[in-house]
Amino acid sequence: MTSASRLSAAVAGISGVEPPSVGGAIVFALRRDLRVALRSRAELGVELLFYVIVVSLFPLAASPSRAVLSTLGPGVLWTSALLASLLALPRLFAADFADGTLEQMALARGPLAAYASGKMLAHWLTTGLPVAVLAPLLGAQYALDGVALALLAASLLIGTPILSLLGAIGAALTLGTRGGGSLLALLVLPLYAPVLIFGAGAVDAARAGLSAAPQLSLLAAGLLLAVVAVPFAVAAAVRIALD
Amino acid sequence: MIVNWFRYASPVSFYPLAGRLARGFGALAAVFAAIGLWIGLVAAPTDATQGDAYRIIFIHVPAAWMAMIVYVAMALWSAVALGLNARLSAMMAQALAPTGALMAALALWSGAFWGRPTWGTYWAWDARMTSTLILLFLYLGVIALRQAIDDPRRADRACAVLALVGVVNVPIIYFSVQWWNTLHQGSSISLTAAPKMAMLMLAGLLVMTAAAWCYCIAASLTRVRAIIVERERGSGWVASLIDIGTSP
Repeated sequence: MTSASRLSAAVAGISGVEPPSVGGAIVFALRRDLRVALRSRAELGVELLFYVIVVSLFPLAASPSRAVLSTLGPGVLWTSALLASLLALPRLFAADFADGTLEQMALARGPLAAYASGKMLAHWLTTGLPVAVLAPLLGAQYALDGVALALLAASLLIGTPILSLLGAIGAALTLGTRGGGSLLALLVLPLYAPVLIFGAGAVDAARAGLSAAPQLSLLAAGLLLAVVAVPFAVAAAVRIALD
Repeated sequence: MIVNWFRYASPVSFYPLAGRLARGFGALAAVFAAIGLWIGLVAAPTDATQGDAYRIIFIHVPAAWMAMIVYVAMALWSAVALGLNARLSAMMAQALAPTGALMAALALWSGAFWGRPTWGTYWAWDARMTSTLILLFLYLGVIALRQAIDDPRRADRACAVLALVGVVNVPIIYFSVQWWNTLHQGSSISLTAAPKMAMLMLAGLLVMTAAAWCYCIAASLTRVRAIIVERERGSGWVASLIDIGTSP
C-alpha cells in the first residue's frame, strides 16, 4: 500500500461516510499508533534500554552471588517490567491529547472504546512484547534455569497486556493534570500489585519445582477481565479529560 | 411518612441536615467510644496468651473495618455521581476519602504496635497488612488526583472513575496478597461460628465498632459541609450564612 493510500485510509477511518465497525476502529487506531511509534524508533529503544539498565542495577546493589540472584531474579525482572510499562504510559495519550487527535477520535462515529483498545494494543506491542522477549536473556544473568526462563517469558506475555490496559486508565485520568508522571505512578502502581504477585509467583513456583499453572491461569483470567472492562473505563476517562 | 429524598440532593437543603446529623453522630461516637474504651481497657479480662497487648484490637479492628467500608461507600457515591451526574454525591465521595485514608493509616499504625509485642516485629509482609497498605495508596491516589485537577467538576468525575476502578481491584488485591503470604491470625469473629473470644471482649469490640462508624459518618458530614461552602461560595445562600455569622 502506498503512503498516500494509507493516509486516505486513515482519514476514512476517522471521518468516513460509513461509520467504522468496532474492528475497523481498533485496526485503524492500532495501525496509526504503530506507525507513529515506528517513526520514533529511538524512543522505543530508550524505553527498552531503561528495562535493561534497571535490571542490571540490582546485582550491583545486592550481591553477585548466584544463589542471591536466582532468588531475586523473578521479582526484579517483573518489577522492572512494571516500571518500563509505567515509563511508556504518557506516550499512550499525551501527544494525541495535545494536538487534538484524541478529540477527533472522541467525535468520530466509531466507538471511542474501540479506538482506545487499538491504542492500548499498539502500546503493548511496542513496550510489553519487547520486554517479554528480552526478559529471558536478562534472566539468564540471574542464574535462572531453562524452565524458569520459559515461564518468565510466558508470564510476561500474559501479564504485560494487563499492565498496558490498567495503565491506560491512569494515563487517561491524568491527561492535562498537574503532577504528571509521579501522579500517574501513584495511581497505577497499586493496581499493578496483583499482576506482579502472580507474574513473579509463576516464575518462583517453577524455581521451587512446582506447577506454575495456577498463577498463569489467574493471570489469564485477569487479562480476559481487563480486556472486556478496561476499554470502557478508558473511554470514560478520556471523555472526562476532553471536557 | 413519605420523605422526598431527592430534596436532599440539593446542597442548600442538605447543608443544615448534614449539620444536625454530624452533631448527632459526633455525640454518639463520643458516648460509644467512652463505653467501648471502658469495657476494653478496664472491664475486659487480660488475654491468656497475648497479655494486655491485645487491647489494641479495640482500635485496630474497627479502624481496619472502616478503612474497607469507607472505600466501598466512596465508590458507591462515585457511582451515583457518575450515573446521575449528582453534584452532592461527588462531594460526599470527596469528603469520605480523607476519613478512609485516616482509618487505613490508623489500622496500620496500631497494627504495628500490636505486632511488636505479639509477633516480635513492627511490620511483616502479611496478606492483610499488605492489602491495607495498598488500600491506603489507593486512597492517597484519589486524594492526589483531586488535588491535581483545577476544575472541581472534572475532578469529581475523574476521581469517581478511579474510585470505581479501585473498588473492583480491592478484592482482587486482597485475595492475591492473601494467596501470596499469610501470617496474620484468622478472623476472630464470624457470623457463622460461635465467638472465639470472651463475651466482654466481643462487646467492647462491637461498641468500639459502633463508635468508629459514628465517627466516620460525623467526620465526613462535617467535611462535606466545608466542601459545600467552599464550592458554593459564589451562591446567595452561602453568602447569607456568612452574613448571619452562624450556621443553621
